[in-house]
Amino acid sequence: MDVMKKVPVREQEAKVRAANFEEVCLGYNKEEAMEEAARCINCKNAQCVKGCPVAINIPGFIEKVKNGDVEAAYQVISEASALPAVCGRVCPQESQCEGKCIRGMKGEPVSIGKLERFVADWARENGIQPTGPKEKNGKKVAVIGSGPAGLTCAGDLAKMGYEVTIFEALHEAGGVLVYGIPEFRLPKKDVVAKEIENVKALGVQIETNVVVGKSVTIDELLQEEGFDAVFIGSGAGLPKFMGIPGEQANGVFSANEYLTRSNLMKAFDESSNTPIMRGKKVAVVGGGNVAMDAARTALRLGAEVHIVYRRSEEELPARVEEVHHAKEEGIIFDLLTNPVEILTDDNGWVSGMKCVKMELGEPDESGRRRPVVKPGSEFTIEADTVIMSLGTSPNPLICATTQGLETNKWKCIVAEEATGKTTKEGVYAGGDAVTGAATVILAMGAGKAGAKGIDEYLRSR
Amino acid sequence: MFKILEARELAANIYLMVVEARRVAKKCQPGQFIIVRMDEEGERIPLTICDYSREDGTVTIVFQTVGAGTMKMAGLKAGDSFHDFVGPLGCPSEFVNEPQEELGKKKMLFVAGGVGAAPVYPQVKWLKERGIEADVIVGAKTKDLLILEKEMEAVAGNLYVTTDDGSYGRSGMVTQTIKDLVAEGKRYDVCVAIGPMIMMKFVCKMTEELGIPTIVSLNPIMVDGTGMCGACRVTVGGEVKFACVDGPEFDGHKVDFDQAMKRQQMYKTAEGRAALKQQEGDAHHGGCGQCG
Repeated sequence: MDVMKKVPVREQEAKVRAANFEEVCLGYNKEEAMEEAARCINCKNAQCVKGCPVAINIPGFIEKVKNGDVEAAYQVISEASALPAVCGRVCPQESQCEGKCIRGMKGEPVSIGKLERFVADWARENGIQPTGPKEKNGKKVAVIGSGPAGLTCAGDLAKMGYEVTIFEALHEAGGVLVYGIPEFRLPKKDVVAKEIENVKALGVQIETNVVVGKSVTIDELLQEEGFDAVFIGSGAGLPKFMGIPGEQANGVFSANEYLTRSNLMKAFDESSNTPIMRGKKVAVVGGGNVAMDAARTALRLGAEVHIVYRRSEEELPARVEEVHHAKEEGIIFDLLTNPVEILTDDNGWVSGMKCVKMELGEPDESGRRRPVVKPGSEFTIEADTVIMSLGTSPNPLICATTQGLETNKWKCIVAEEATGKTTKEGVYAGGDAVTGAATVILAMGAGKAGAKGIDEYLRSR
Repeated sequence: MFKILEARELAANIYLMVVEARRVAKKCQPGQFIIVRMDEEGERIPLTICDYSREDGTVTIVFQTVGAGTMKMAGLKAGDSFHDFVGPLGCPSEFVNEPQEELGKKKMLFVAGGVGAAPVYPQVKWLKERGIEADVIVGAKTKDLLILEKEMEAVAGNLYVTTDDGSYGRSGMVTQTIKDLVAEGKRYDVCVAIGPMIMMKFVCKMTEELGIPTIVSLNPIMVDGTGMCGACRVTVGGEVKFACVDGPEFDGHKVDFDQAMKRQQMYKTAEGRAALKQQEGDAHHGGCGQCG
C-alpha cells in the first residue's frame, strides 16, 4: 500500500452509469475504510477541523474507524453534524477538510469525505440513530425550510431541548437535497430520507405544504402560534436567465425546473406522472455543480449533452470530482463559448443556439480572468433543449411579508455570520437565503450558527 | 392529508370539490391559487380557488380534466383525501388592497370564460360582501358547459350569460357581449378577464380598443409554484415575470399571449400520451402516433 495515496474508492463504471440513475460512487467497505483511516496521523493541531464549516472532530472519528469501532465514530460525527451521509457525498472536501490535511502536502490527503460517508452508511445499515435530547426546555422554535440549513439548525436546537417545528413549502422534506441534487449523486430514499428520519428522531416535527409568507407569516408564527424564535433557511429562489433573444422558447428550462422535475417529481422514471423533456441534443449553459447535475441528468435521459461555459476549464466553479465524472460519462465541454441567441423553429421550439467564442482578458473583481468576445467568431450549436444554469436570486415571499426584516442590495436577508441574527428580534437566518447560492455544507454551518444564536437569545430573555 | 368533504361534477369533465385545508382557508384571498397532489406519485397540479370558508376551514376548488393527473383526480369522492394541498399561492387581486372608497367608485366588469367562472366567482363575491356590485359576463361553449350560474347571479350586479352556439343566454363569444354592453352605453373603468388563454387574448384586444384597463389571470405550466423553478415565466411589457410569485394576475394589455400560448403547449404531447396510457392501459399500442 502506498501511504501517500488514498485507498481508491469503488465506482460504477462510466459507460454503465451513464445510462442509469444509480449512485456513481459505491463507497468504502469496512476494510478499505480502516486502511484509509490508518493514513491519518492524528495531528495535535488538526487543520482539517478548521476547514470544516460544522467543525466535526475529524481526527476523533477517524481514530475510531481505525480501531474498527464505527458506532463510536458515528457518535463523534453526530455531535457536530446531522447529515453525515449527505455531507460525505456532496461536500467540496478538496477545498475544506481535505484541502487542509497535512498528508496532502506531499501526497494525497486522507479521504475524509469517503470515511464520513462510510461511517454514516454503516450506522444507517446497522440501525444506529443519533442520541435524542435530554429534557425539553419548554421553548418553541419554528424553522422555515427543511434543506441543509434548516435540518441542521432544527437538529441542534432539538438536542438542546427545544421543541422544533420545521415548515416546508414543498410536499417533501429535504429542500435542495431532494429537488436539486440528483439521485446518482445522493440517493433520496436510502440516504436523504433516512437522515431526515434521524433529525425527526431527535424530536423535530416537520409540517410540509406550508409556504411561509403565504400560508402563514413569520409574525403570525411568533404572535399567534406561540413560537419563541424563528430560523429562516428558505434557500435560494428564482432562477436567473441570460436575457438573450429566444430564451422563452419551448425547450428552454432553468436547471431548477429540469432538476426538480427529475429529482423531486421523479420524472426520470417512466412511471412518473410528471413529464420531462427528453431532448436529443441538450446544451447546458453554465459551469457550476448545478450545471453538471443537469448535464449528467440529461445524459442519463438519453441525450448528447454539451456544457457551454464562457470561461476556460480552470475557472469552472464546479467541484473537480463532478467535472471529472461528467467527462468520464461523455459530456462534451464547449469552453470559452457564450450563447448570444436561442434559435427557434416555426412552432416556437428550440432548434439551436447562436454562440460566440471568448478569450480570457484581465482578471475581474472576482479574481477570475474576464472573458471577452473574439470578434467575428459567431457560430451555431445544434440543440433541441437548452438548460440555463446561471444561479438564482433570492425568493421574495418571506421578506415581502415580514416587517422589519432587512435585505441587502442582492435581496438576500441580512444576518450576522456568527449567530444568524437578523434585523428583526427573535428571527435568525442562514444558508442560501442569506448568502445567495452556495454549498450544502456552508448552509449547514449557517444552520449551526443560527441554532447557537437562537439558544443564546432565548436563554438571555 | 387533506380531506374532501364534497365532490360533484358541475358539467361534463368539470368538477367541484370542497377540501379541508385549515391554513389555506385562513389566509386565501381572491386571485390566489393552490397546488394539489393526489397521491405520492401524483403531479403537482395548480388549481383555482373558487370559494373558501374561514369558519369551516375549507377551500373549494374547481377543475377541468385535461391530462392524466386531473382525469385521475376526477375519480375522487367525498371522504377521500388529497395527499398534498398547498397555498394560497400567488398574489391576491390588486383591488383587495385598494381603499374601499375608491374601489366603490369604480365600475368593474368581470369576464369569465369556461372554467374561468370559478376564479372570477370569489372576486365578485368579495366585492359584493363589501357592498360593491360588479357586472359579470360568463361565457361557455354551450349550455351544458355553463357552470356556477346561480352562484354568480347571487353576487353579481348584472349577470350576462352567453354561449358560443347560442344554446343559452346571449349568442356568441364573450367579446361580442362586451362590445354590445358598451354599445348599449355601459361604461367600465376596469375589466377582469379570466378564461382560456385565447379568450383572454381577444378580450384584451377588444378592451384595448375600448380603452378599458384589463387584468388577466394566467395559468402557465408550473412545478413548485413557490418561486423556484421558473417554468411559469411569461413576458409582460417586455419583462420576464414569474406567474407564481409576480402573478398570476397581470396587466392584460402587456401580456405576450402568443408566447404564453406556445409555452402552454410544451408538454401537450407528453400529457396526451400519459392520458391515453391511463385510459387505455395495456391496450394502448401506438394508436396516438406518438409512442411508436
